[in-house]
Amino acid sequence: MPKRTDISKILILGSGPIIIGQSAEFDYSGTQACKALKSEGFEVVLANSNPATIMTDPESADRTYIEPLTREYLEEIIRIERQMSPGAGFAILPTVGGQTALNLAIELADGGVLDKYNVQLIGANVTAIKKAEDRLVFKDAMQKIGLDVPKSSLVNNIKDGLEFAGKIGFPVIIRPSFTLGGSGGGIAYNREELMELLARGLDFSPVHEALIEESVLGWKEFELEVMRDMADNVIIICSIENFDPMGVHTGDSITVAPAQTLTDREYQAMRDAAIAVIREIGVETGGSNIQFGIHPQTGRMVVIEMNPRVSRSSALASKATGFPIAKIAAKLAVGYTLDEIRNDITRKTPACFEPTLDYVVVKIPKWQFEKFPGADENLGPQMKSVGEVMAIGRTFKEALMKGIRSLDTGKRIGGSKIEPKIMTQRLVTPHPERLAYVQYALRQGHTVKQLYKMTSIDPWFLYQLKEINDMQLELEKHPMESIPVDVLREVKRYGFSDGRLAGAWRLNGQEKVRHLRKKHGIKPVYKRVDTCAAEFESFTPYLYSTYEDEDEAAPTDKKKVIILGSGPNRIGQGIEFDYCCCHASFALRDDGYETIMINCNPETVSTDYDTSDRLYFEPLTLEDVLAICEHEGSTGAPVGVIVQFGGQTPLNLALPLKAAGVNIIGTSPESIDLAEDRKRFNRLLEELQIPQSPGVMAASLEEAIAGATKVGYPVLVRPSYVLGGRAMVIAYDEESVVRYMKEAVEYSHDRPILIDHFLEDAIEVDVDALSDGEDVVIGGIMQHIEEAGIHSGDSSCVLPAVDIPQKLMDQMRDYTFKLARALNVVGLMNIQFAIPRGNGNGGGDKVYVLEVNPRASRTVPYVSKATGVPMAKIAARLMTGRKLREFLPEFIERRADLDTGSFYYVKSPVFPWNKFPGVDTVLGPEMKSTGEVMGVADNFGEAFAKAQIAAGQKLPTKGTVFISVTDHDKPQVADVARKFADMGFHIVATAGTADLIERAGMTVERVYKVKEGRPNVVDLIKGERMQLVINTPHGLEPWFDEQAIRRAAVNARIPTITTLAAARAAAEGIAALQRGEVNVFALQKLHAERPTRVRR
Amino acid sequence: MQAILALEDGKVFRGKGYGAKGECYGEVVFNTSITGYQEIFTDPSYAGQIVVLTNPEIGNYGTNPDDNEATRPYIEGLIVREFSRVSSNWRSQQVADEFLEGFKIPVLADIDTRALVRHLRDHGVMRGVISTLETDAQKLIAKARSIPKMDGTDLAKFVTTKHPYVWEVGERSHEPVAVVGVKDQPERFHVVAYDYGIKQNILRKLRGEGCKVTVVPAQTPAEDVLAMKPNGVFLSNGPGDPEPCTYAVDNIRRLMGRLPIFGICLGHQLTGIALGGKTFKLKFGHHGGNHPVKQLKNGKIEITAHNHNFAVDPDSLPMSEVELTHMDLNDNTLEGMRHKNLPLFSVQYHPEASPGPHDSHYLFKEFTKMMEEWKG
Repeated sequence: MPKRTDISKILILGSGPIIIGQSAEFDYSGTQACKALKSEGFEVVLANSNPATIMTDPESADRTYIEPLTREYLEEIIRIERQMSPGAGFAILPTVGGQTALNLAIELADGGVLDKYNVQLIGANVTAIKKAEDRLVFKDAMQKIGLDVPKSSLVNNIKDGLEFAGKIGFPVIIRPSFTLGGSGGGIAYNREELMELLARGLDFSPVHEALIEESVLGWKEFELEVMRDMADNVIIICSIENFDPMGVHTGDSITVAPAQTLTDREYQAMRDAAIAVIREIGVETGGSNIQFGIHPQTGRMVVIEMNPRVSRSSALASKATGFPIAKIAAKLAVGYTLDEIRNDITRKTPACFEPTLDYVVVKIPKWQFEKFPGADENLGPQMKSVGEVMAIGRTFKEALMKGIRSLDTGKRIGGSKIEPKIMTQRLVTPHPERLAYVQYALRQGHTVKQLYKMTSIDPWFLYQLKEINDMQLELEKHPMESIPVDVLREVKRYGFSDGRLAGAWRLNGQEKVRHLRKKHGIKPVYKRVDTCAAEFESFTPYLYSTYEDEDEAAPTDKKKVIILGSGPNRIGQGIEFDYCCCHASFALRDDGYETIMINCNPETVSTDYDTSDRLYFEPLTLEDVLAICEHEGSTGAPVGVIVQFGGQTPLNLALPLKAAGVNIIGTSPESIDLAEDRKRFNRLLEELQIPQSPGVMAASLEEAIAGATKVGYPVLVRPSYVLGGRAMVIAYDEESVVRYMKEAVEYSHDRPILIDHFLEDAIEVDVDALSDGEDVVIGGIMQHIEEAGIHSGDSSCVLPAVDIPQKLMDQMRDYTFKLARALNVVGLMNIQFAIPRGNGNGGGDKVYVLEVNPRASRTVPYVSKATGVPMAKIAARLMTGRKLREFLPEFIERRADLDTGSFYYVKSPVFPWNKFPGVDTVLGPEMKSTGEVMGVADNFGEAFAKAQIAAGQKLPTKGTVFISVTDHDKPQVADVARKFADMGFHIVATAGTADLIERAGMTVERVYKVKEGRPNVVDLIKGERMQLVINTPHGLEPWFDEQAIRRAAVNARIPTITTLAAARAAAEGIAALQRGEVNVFALQKLHAERPTRVRR
Repeated sequence: MQAILALEDGKVFRGKGYGAKGECYGEVVFNTSITGYQEIFTDPSYAGQIVVLTNPEIGNYGTNPDDNEATRPYIEGLIVREFSRVSSNWRSQQVADEFLEGFKIPVLADIDTRALVRHLRDHGVMRGVISTLETDAQKLIAKARSIPKMDGTDLAKFVTTKHPYVWEVGERSHEPVAVVGVKDQPERFHVVAYDYGIKQNILRKLRGEGCKVTVVPAQTPAEDVLAMKPNGVFLSNGPGDPEPCTYAVDNIRRLMGRLPIFGICLGHQLTGIALGGKTFKLKFGHHGGNHPVKQLKNGKIEITAHNHNFAVDPDSLPMSEVELTHMDLNDNTLEGMRHKNLPLFSVQYHPEASPGPHDSHYLFKEFTKMMEEWKG
């Protein structure tokens, strides 16, 4: 069937900010869909609130709305788009934007918006979505077609839940209806636990409903990725087997493709079931993900669930097989059939086939519990990981070992901290460290049988781990000098890294291992991912390394640039860096370079096989990267390597790569290092006469105490060489510094601790700039809305700055220019400034430099979207020797910053609190947000309000506001209260704050603090008496009261504001909302009104 | 245990030996199925062939008595990247290594199978020797060159049953796991199946669709078959070149039009020759479970299991009599045909799957429908 001609305009819904359970995979799928539909000649309209994505690049769609993903804003987009083309066939594609997009589609349909504007859904219809998403309806549908499901019952109250659990017996699973990534789910082993979990689950469910289900804990878990076209052709793209058995959310499981332990009979029975499911649910076109459980002793197969859309697993399956699911799904949605679409990799064969693998793929999740002290680290049906890595090897063992080193944990490989006392607990209860404990247990002599009993991990997988352990023992028998060559080769074939070998031989560094390997000719070869196990020729250099005979990389002799990606998504190093890497690749490909991407994150656009000319799906370690550099350079071709776009992971490789002879282009590794080296950097600032907060370095407890006293409390303490403020705290006294040095981090003379005086009550500012070493252009001066001390990634900020005096703006420009030249920055740089407000001891009209990062920053995509200038692309070109004057001559002439026109662009963070109940939600210098959104408007208040709405914080337009501030903030509290009183809000405050507000002549209701008596503030929050909480915390250790308030507010989904600066912004935002306007703007239009042109 | 593969063109792969000690000879072919190694081991169509599996992890789920396609393995030798020392599956009764050793089949593991597959893809299938005894590669290469070629060899007569027998197990009653839509029907038809190397799942499928099946030796004269008064005749899959099987072609010609005929694989090729067509050898054949085949009458695609080195040349068929029904979308090989006037159809691929997808099970229903109409 050819392309549908009754549609000409398609609105693609994105997934919004990165959150746990909905990550970069939807940028990948959305970008593919945009590209595919645009190339088919459709008018593509995109709605997504996340500015850090490739899909929201102005080139990806005809019109891009970076707007809140709510019904109101989408209706306005639809209204405008319908008005622009009254007669056009207009459709919405909701299947590439995760659960968010599906839920929105349902809301739009149920709300009559689709009918009102005559818009149809393509990819999945409302009936199919509801049938797949409503657990009870789904279960009935499965039984109708003769498939088995776990016994279950849908309940909307605790009593019914208890009764049913009594019938089927504990443990039982609780699954709230219509939530993301299993939010609010859990496993209950007894009545008490069931009551607690069910109450929370019902609360999380937008329809106040949860499923109580027979436990299939410990069963084998599988997933099939299925595609269907309009002609009812159905194909399976990939089978995935979970290493962790049922009970752990698949996003938190180690998974393996293809399935390893199913016979053909069992696999085909599952395949038939999957096909029956997609037909019964009625997903007409596109991809779906279907999960199955299999009883390990009886083989009983049950259907667990189905996602009628592209998912995290489909991104993984796409990368695992080379079959671009989202792209094909988009084409199927507009009427093509599978046989009409070509397989890009083989070119000759059609997309209508089932990929076959001649390698093994392992995905390992990445958790960051260290960021959330107090969170429950046990794994269950609710996803908790923030990212994942994928590794490809010719055997499971090799893929697993490559995956482990891809995780970039900072730990020495195999050097996980093991506590023998809790070994049983770690084996029995799924936990991020379980794999390490299984390895430990094997080393202690536990058998596969014993381990199977404790973990329910399939014995085949456990046996593979045993073989790895045996190999490790064999390795340790041989000193480096006398290891037989065939043992060395075998060890490498098992996937052991040079680092692991160096560890076994107690070497410092892995260089000697590398030399030994090379001496014996033991080098990796590169094989292609080709969808067909080499049956047909492959035209796509999508490569992975292994230790075998034949190399298929076929490096060219073209001039080439290798871009190092950022590895697994994590807090502080997320999609923004992938965005920069992709842009570097796009720009340099246009400039005639062969672009080569190295990355190990399956969720990203950078690991799409057609983002770069060549893709190496490899760990980002010195060993793996160096091997690729050498291989690509073996033709004599000039090779440049970009390390400044992928965040800290590639930056950490810069110096060792350079030492090994690799040509790093752009800002030199030495300059990058200089910016991190406190002593040398201090000297540089002094020379340049740029003020900075006094700081010292410390490599011991004594040095730290002395240093802190010297710079003066409060102090900001942090390790060097980290991103995302990892392990960064503000210490108000010596006791805190001592505790930090003793417990928080590892440090050494090479990697000392940085201690800076902390500037309290200051405005923080981020500056992104482009430099070619001579000329500098500032991309944006972003004013933070939260005060200094809150990590910049967790702070809302606004472009342009709203109330910084011109003199200080010029001072920051001047410092930026000086620093860029002094560090000889070629590419991007980011500087953080602080401007003390002047009521403290800071002065009031002085700008301090907090930090300089001569690399891509988290804000680059946001600034690029706001200014319409693709900063990362220009930066990449500067690194190849081109000059800034070629691109931005007028800005250089006028010494002007990039332009944001007459609009305000506010970036706001999004936090994962709802995944970690019990964790304190206070913000500090350690970054905790997982993603970001952008709000655009022609006034600051509305832009802020839109960003808040997009971030899921719906600012109230009326009701009651609770205000409680620290002594430090008390002088200004009356002003803030006045704004809310004037807008008609009722004010509630605790005693101290209330006194001040009353004294200023306003009416205020007094409320008890938690410890004072009841009803207290928490009671009011729980009783839904409050609509907004303004609570500024004091010091490092928030006291019990504040923690209780914030936790209650998060649970009740009441917006909580923790700084007065943000409270002021919120007031402006609420004023805008009270005006009741819903305005949306297409990025392309905003950019078109800019007066100054950017050259290519 | 060390093992070597030597190919007739001089290429040599050295790896580890599993399975039986010794030597084996055959045409080296690769199969791209991810699952179903046990079915592949025991498929008589692999007689005379050494099989390379592209899935690098083989043996994981062991072997069991239910997944055999014949009473013993027919592959001459096996080549894999990684051969599991253990098995893990609730149905497993024996580790794959022991299973093959028990039938004296050598296994070469731990070699760069992808390199070997690419070699075969580029240069075509060729003769080879696996040895765990001889270490002199030159001697083995010479041996590889001395093996009789597959082309022109009738292997069906070696693998066929010696005596007729009746098959009684339907697919559903055999299946260890429930499969959507699979039920055994009561017996309604009698089918005589020519065994050129028949896979048992064909018999299970036929029985499941309501056929009592009498399996007869490849050389059974047509008249003997007609004397059994069946409702239809089935022509099975099998190894080797169809051209020398003149006895089979003669029998098919004598049966055409006398009763409904359904052929699979070798049975399809023999039918093609009986209709006046020619067969030719493919460069490296089709062996796998992911081939898209298009039904030409309605455009519908089936994902199918393939195992053939030879194919019928569609241009050689008399178009006045023959309708082409199925086409491989990867390389446009003819995959199915039917006679325009007589009750006769055949497919090149394997609708019985095992291993492979079940998309083409409808063909067995078409056969029973044809017999129904013929009866009525």
